Amino acid sequence: MAATQEEIVEGLAEIVNEIAGIPTEDVLLEKSFTDDLDVDSLSMVEVVVAAEERFDVKIPDDDVKNLKTVGDAADYILKHQA
Amino acid sequence: MSSTNRTVVVTGVGATTPLGGDAASTWEALLAGRSGVRLLEEDWAADLPVRIAARIAVEPGTVIPRPHARKLDRSAQFALIAAREAWADAGFTAKAGEDPTVDPDRLGAVVASGIGGVTTLLDQYDVLREKGVRKVSPHTVPMLMPNGPAANVGLEVGARAGVHTPVSACASGAEAIGYAIEMIRTGRADVVVAGGTEASIHPLPIVAFGNMMAMSKNNEDPQGASRPFDTARNGFVMGEGAGAVVLESADHAARRGARVYAEAIGQGISADAHHITQPEPSGNGIAQALQNLVDATELKPAEIAHVNAHATSTPQGDVAELKALRKVFGHDVDHMAISATKSMTGHLLGGAGGVETVATVLALHHRLAPPTINLDSLDPEADGDIVRDKPRPLPAGTIAALNDSFGFGGHNVVLAFRTV
Repeated sequence: MAATQEEIVEGLAEIVNEIAGIPTEDVLLEKSFTDDLDVDSLSMVEVVVAAEERFDVKIPDDDVKNLKTVGDAADYILKHQA
Repeated sequence: MSSTNRTVVVTGVGATTPLGGDAASTWEALLAGRSGVRLLEEDWAADLPVRIAARIAVEPGTVIPRPHARKLDRSAQFALIAAREAWADAGFTAKAGEDPTVDPDRLGAVVASGIGGVTTLLDQYDVLREKGVRKVSPHTVPMLMPNGPAANVGLEVGARAGVHTPVSACASGAEAIGYAIEMIRTGRADVVVAGGTEASIHPLPIVAFGNMMAMSKNNEDPQGASRPFDTARNGFVMGEGAGAVVLESADHAARRGARVYAEAIGQGISADAHHITQPEPSGNGIAQALQNLVDATELKPAEIAHVNAHATSTPQGDVAELKALRKVFGHDVDHMAISATKSMTGHLLGGAGGVETVATVLALHHRLAPPTINLDSLDPEADGDIVRDKPRPLPAGTIAALNDSFGFGGHNVVLAFRTV
């Protein structure tokens, strides 16, 4: 059963909270991982790996650089999830 | 800078050790003669020949928030805690630049460990084998690199004059502090945060040191296992933790009205060129370091009132150190109160020089030499005045103290401090 956009954002919020300590309610669609959520390039790799596992999706390294905001990631997952 | 022989002082101390989560509680426990050695309760320790160690008293996870802590090797966590305490203790209120009394371009950090991020390296290899490529943490490299603790301390305080990590096994922490003294003395920096850290209580290092016959296997009596200068000593006990100091040019400290614990007179360094792990039994290599110290600095042997000995509780090393002191200082050794604080902290390897520098500086500041515990039967070959059982007051007037640190590889480092 594919996740909805709302469920994906909720899941990403929990992942970002776990990795960067940002409160889940601050993880919103328009937020930038690097500028707003204290997720640097190394921590972004962790976010991606956790998201792949949670949403059963593959996010190749080349695509990671396009995922600037939470919305970018949610859209990508929505489109590519199994 | 034109000046190349500036006076260096200690203006801050910090520590997290098996005896306490800061310098004050560590010092109090040293004076009380408390041992930090315990039986290891982890499952992995159950079948090992060595099942004792001196674990940190306050887990770093209770001090550093998890999102930050998970990107730091345990050795870097310890270093950061000790450095933050030393930084605040020196009177700085924010990182360099934000605190206008310290210029980031004139601030350095020198923090060493003997082994580096060994628990990260081994744990992540387990992750690779058990969970696969994708699960290896992207933070692994900055966590395992030996310069990680120095780099993280440098980031924390905003050090731009240079961040360094001299590695010389169990002399690493002392060599770091010696390097920092030189940075200030020669004019490269005005302020340097310096120290040593180690976090290697993990089955592999414990088994490996154990197989070298270097560690005490006295599992039945953990608190009595580290017994420097005692006839029944049979190896060191591994400890973990970090110690750090803020070193500063005397002029810089005076300009901002800083409290000064002691003058850092300088360092003496030598190498044994004898054996990769065995100490040179006559103490000649150590004596060379002591002689270099006397030749290169204004240390007056008659002023030395206290020695924080390297004394790890190994049969050969403890005696060689005392022979070296006698060789260089002759009758002056008779007025040196010699303390082996590893009897209480265990051996913090690369962290030892950091923690023992803090202890040496506080001994001068409070004019009290900490005791050596577990000394029931003094080795007849131990030729020196070992402080036993309870702290000993040090004399009034100008007095100096030494902190000795020696490492596998034949590294000998001696640091000298003096009251101000």
